[in-house]
Amino acid sequence: MKSFDFQRAEGLDHAARLTVPDTAMPIAGGTNLLDLMKLQVETPETLVDINPLGMAAIEDHGTGLRLGALATNTATAVHPRVRSDYPVLSRAILAGASQQLRNKATNGGNLCQRTRCYYFTNIDQPCNKREPGSGCGARQGIAHLHAILGTSDQCIATYPGDMAVALSALDACVEIASPGGNGRNVPIRDFHCLAGDTPWRDNVLEEGEIITAITLPAPVRGRQIYRKVRERSSYAFALVSVAAIVDIDEGIITRADLAFGGLAHKPWHDPAIGDMLLGQAPNYALFDRAADALLAGARGYGENDFKIPLARRTLAAVLAQATGVEL
Amino acid sequence: MAEKITVNGVQHDVPADPRTSLLDFLRYHLQLTGTKKGCDHGQCGACTVLVNGVRINSCLTLAAMHPGDSVTTIEGLGTPDHPSPLQRAFVDHDGFQCGYCTPGQICSATALIQEIALDWPSDASEDLEGRIAATDEEIRERMSGNLCRCGAYNNIIVAIRETVDAVAEEDRDA
Repeated sequence: MKSFDFQRAEGLDHAARLTVPDTAMPIAGGTNLLDLMKLQVETPETLVDINPLGMAAIEDHGTGLRLGALATNTATAVHPRVRSDYPVLSRAILAGASQQLRNKATNGGNLCQRTRCYYFTNIDQPCNKREPGSGCGARQGIAHLHAILGTSDQCIATYPGDMAVALSALDACVEIASPGGNGRNVPIRDFHCLAGDTPWRDNVLEEGEIITAITLPAPVRGRQIYRKVRERSSYAFALVSVAAIVDIDEGIITRADLAFGGLAHKPWHDPAIGDMLLGQAPNYALFDRAADALLAGARGYGENDFKIPLARRTLAAVLAQATGVEL
Repeated sequence: MAEKITVNGVQHDVPADPRTSLLDFLRYHLQLTGTKKGCDHGQCGACTVLVNGVRINSCLTLAAMHPGDSVTTIEGLGTPDHPSPLQRAFVDHDGFQCGYCTPGQICSATALIQEIALDWPSDASEDLEGRIAATDEEIRERMSGNLCRCGAYNNIIVAIRETVDAVAEEDRDA
């Protein structure tokens, strides 16, 4: 690991002043950042330890819930209200990483974790995300973990996390402190970016901005499911995942909030898919049409072609489970 | 005044070089070599220790981020003459072959017992809010962050399950 200067944040303003993109980075749990520093993928000159800032409370927020940015993934997943009112979030967190990692990883850090693309994490390989202009090794290389939706010529990496996929289905909001004491709230669905022509940009955080919390809206009625398909049954990243909140009234779908992991550079949410399910009686043909809508723009890159039928089947399985339809 | 970190009940100065991982601090600064370095990337779990009672990968945290914290390593859990119940059970059930992953397995399982007692759910739990039974499936899922290249998993699970059951029985009798 390259040497760096270590500073402790004394307050949000102090942290914001110290933080400079790529040069002086905040550290919370550190489970992803330190890994990348050992690989010299990240080489900050300064680490700003934001743990002294607190921000670990999980508390009622109107009729919703506010999850502190520095609350651990474990504290969030086992919180009584998350378990009872937002079970898709507990399920998504528990489906990711290992207990040791979830005990250290924070909610804010989880949102900011980097892709697990092998070309990004290997500094001997080309990667437009890590080194703009160097090319993309994955497009014609080992790409079985890679994106099929919203890809660009520059980058086909996926956002690797589970938690944010559930947050997207739940329509959560990211609370951000900006320099100068201002703040802003960004819907989770707009927080992560597609790669486009700026693949180095994972999310909308600007210089000096620090995530302070994630807010969840009031709980809604319906069945909540997080289904993760992976290459081993524990401690692996998603090939495809689906977060779903689905409600049925008198045989008709009255809610269908869906988000997808493993398919794109961000948790994938397309309101058109939910809208086409609303007011319909659940059946396999309907689920297949929903998959058509999801995958209309899908493109495989050879090794990840399997994700297209896998996403179709996973969506159908989740909708069938949520609505009680037998496939 | 130098910041302190407590390891197995003894206070030490936090190391000067901020790059020092908690793992390297334990092994190279304190010569507590029970904690093992496997992958050094949070994938194998050999470096698992308890920080304030919570299991974490000591390779993926900086010692400088733990002033005031209390760390327990395998050396702090028991000794050859006075092993912890889990250490005893791992010996009784041959829960290892080469032994390299064992300190991490035992530290991890020590925390697992607490987590099950608190009814924290896992990915293997049917119900997020119910009582948690220490089934083999639950133990496997909860131990997935600890790899064993010798493949002693079956005996590791027996050792853990027996200890969980014994602790539960003690609690009932208490």
